Amino acid sequence: MARTRRAFLKGLAYAGGTAAVSAVPAIASEPRKAPDDAVGMLYDTTRCIGCKACVVACHEANDLPPDTRGDALYDAPQSLNDRTKNIIKLYQEDGRRSYMKQQCMHCIDPACVGACMIGALQKREYGIVTWESNRCIGCRYCQVACPYNVPKFEWEEANPRIIKCELCNHRLAEGKEPACCEVCPRDAVIYGKYDELLAEAKKRMADHPGRYVDKIYGEHDGGGTQVLYLSHVPFEKLGLPELGDEAVPKLNRTIQHGVYKGMIAPAALYVAMGAVMLRNRRKGDKGGES
Amino acid sequence: MSEHKATPVGGSLMTPSMRILLFVFMVGAALTVWRFAVGLGPSTGLSDGYPWGLWIAFDVVTGTALACGGYAMALLVYIFNKGKYHPLVRPALLTSALGYSVAAIGIIIDVGRPWFIWRIPISVGKWNLDSALLEVALCVMAYVMVLWIELSPAFLEKWQDSGNTGLANFSRGLSKFMDKALIWFIALGMLLPTMHQSSLGSVIMLAGPRLHKLWHTPWLPFLYLISCIAMGYAVVVMESTLSSRAFGRQREDKMLASLSGVTSGILFLFVAVRFVDLFLRGRGPLLIGEGYYSVMFWLETVLFLAPAIMLAGSRGRARIATMFRASMMIVVAGSLYRFDSYLVAFNPGPGWSYFPSVPETVITLGLVAMEIMVFIMLVKSFPILSGTSPMPAHRK
Ligand code: SF4
Ligand code: SF4
Ligand code: SF4
Repeated sequence: MARTRRAFLKGLAYAGGTAAVSAVPAIASEPRKAPDDAVGMLYDTTRCIGCKACVVACHEANDLPPDTRGDALYDAPQSLNDRTKNIIKLYQEDGRRSYMKQQCMHCIDPACVGACMIGALQKREYGIVTWESNRCIGCRYCQVACPYNVPKFEWEEANPRIIKCELCNHRLAEGKEPACCEVCPRDAVIYGKYDELLAEAKKRMADHPGRYVDKIYGEHDGGGTQVLYLSHVPFEKLGLPELGDEAVPKLNRTIQHGVYKGMIAPAALYVAMGAVMLRNRRKGDKGGES
Repeated sequence: MSEHKATPVGGSLMTPSMRILLFVFMVGAALTVWRFAVGLGPSTGLSDGYPWGLWIAFDVVTGTALACGGYAMALLVYIFNKGKYHPLVRPALLTSALGYSVAAIGIIIDVGRPWFIWRIPISVGKWNLDSALLEVALCVMAYVMVLWIELSPAFLEKWQDSGNTGLANFSRGLSKFMDKALIWFIALGMLLPTMHQSSLGSVIMLAGPRLHKLWHTPWLPFLYLISCIAMGYAVVVMESTLSSRAFGRQREDKMLASLSGVTSGILFLFVAVRFVDLFLRGRGPLLIGEGYYSVMFWLETVLFLAPAIMLAGSRGRARIATMFRASMMIVVAGSLYRFDSYLVAFNPGPGWSYFPSVPETVITLGLVAMEIMVFIMLVKSFPILSGTSPMPAHRK
């Protein structure tokens, strides 16, 4: 019996070693950059007056029924949901207040895209993360993976869809800008090329020292996002998580591709196991008595 | 190997306990129809915060790990050439085939658009190779088939003696082919679980910042892999003990004892990797002071360590009662580890909560009832279990 155990532990040690070795390329692989044609949005808490014009406009532009489930008279969603791709929330603490706009961040290296099995969610034109109905199984792995809790599921439908902001890509195709940016009376949320938005955010910070927290959320967070935030209160108060600079799906990618090496490793393991069994069979079934 | 040939248990199929199982299954089936009519919202406790619940955490993630008996036994018998364990292989394969089939049905019930599942295997060009879930999906589909093929000799053996000459001839022909081809199916039957059981760890690893730091580690795939092997052995021990009692067969005590030795080593390794990893990455302090997360972590650790210690010495292994108890603890430990990493340690932020709804739970119970029913039916009519203790007094 000791022999079985030894052989077994050897096998396990080998598996562990493979996993450890495979972690090495993690250090080497480059973080992803925003595509050249990337567009995005910039939201500035110091300009937002909480009028929610963008919430209504988003509903209309995206053919979403008003969410009157909370209050039968008003379109008053409590959070992003199957009828709401965009929401304004109020943060209030110790006399300080701020509004916060929530929608998909259009991550540069999105976890939802890394999760999705046959690419219903993908970074498509302009780096916008869009959803394609006939590739979606409804597995909801995108919901588990997204660190911002953005994709929503139609829980009450027999044929449910994933609902999330797609940066009004249907409007962009007509040469218009996203509905939320178009209606904003204070330009608290603006649409533009990703590079230009980043430059604009930096300029605002330089022009108004002390007005903002010293950071542009989304410049590096979670590998970077195409929607950027400027804020006068700490970002975590607004519900934006501290993710560090590494993109969420990177660890998975590293291990997955490190271990599998493009299916060569599994194929080799398969042949090896078959060979061992053939040899065992030829030797006869003596192992049992040893 | 003729001295421990598998034979059908025989006996009547419609016993009172079968009627109860059938009832539970029927209720579950009716609720499943209702679930598809009204959608997942009204029928489950799931939400946008907790998109995965009992069905994924139990039916799929835990269920397939418990169904790793076939995998664990195949490794031992065919790779480490321990032919003496052969009598344990068929029952283990049957439980695995059933467990995986149930998991597959669980997935179909859980996903929102199961009518698109067929697109996964055929959309080769669209495969997202970054997705651990894609790999799990493909592997599980393939493995369900492989398991039934691995088990097919049990059916073919019976049909060969069938009165229907057509069926008998067909079975004889297929048997000859299977004799040659089986090795390559068995190899697949070991490759696929190695891949997808570890990938089940990768799947939840992607939750990244939303998974508690005590559970989130690059070692998740490895921990999932080795714990499923331990769970597989534990299930084999329990199943062999239970079926010997239920069907009045001889027990395979010696074999079970040496199996338990392997299991003990794996359990120690599991706990060691977790602790070393936590300390190396400076997460040791989380072991205390993280409220119920710390408590759950320690509970898991105790549940993994206790059976490891119980089975470490030859004294514990000599007693079938100790082995059975230890195996039960392993099953609980591995299941808790999976529930914790998929549900308890998953934190979507404030304001969300999840508890399985009654219909959700009953549907799961219905699936389990079906699994037990089919197991009993098949061992009664097909040569799955072997009666005699093999090769007595060969060792010691
Ligand atoms: S915010 Fe979430 S849904 Fe949007 S791209 Fe990033 S991961 Fe995907
Ligand atoms: S629910 Fe749909 S969009 Fe989301 S990961 Fe699954 S298949 Fe992709
Ligand atoms: S870009 Fe369009 S879909 Fe996205 S939040 Fe703005 S209005 Fe809504």
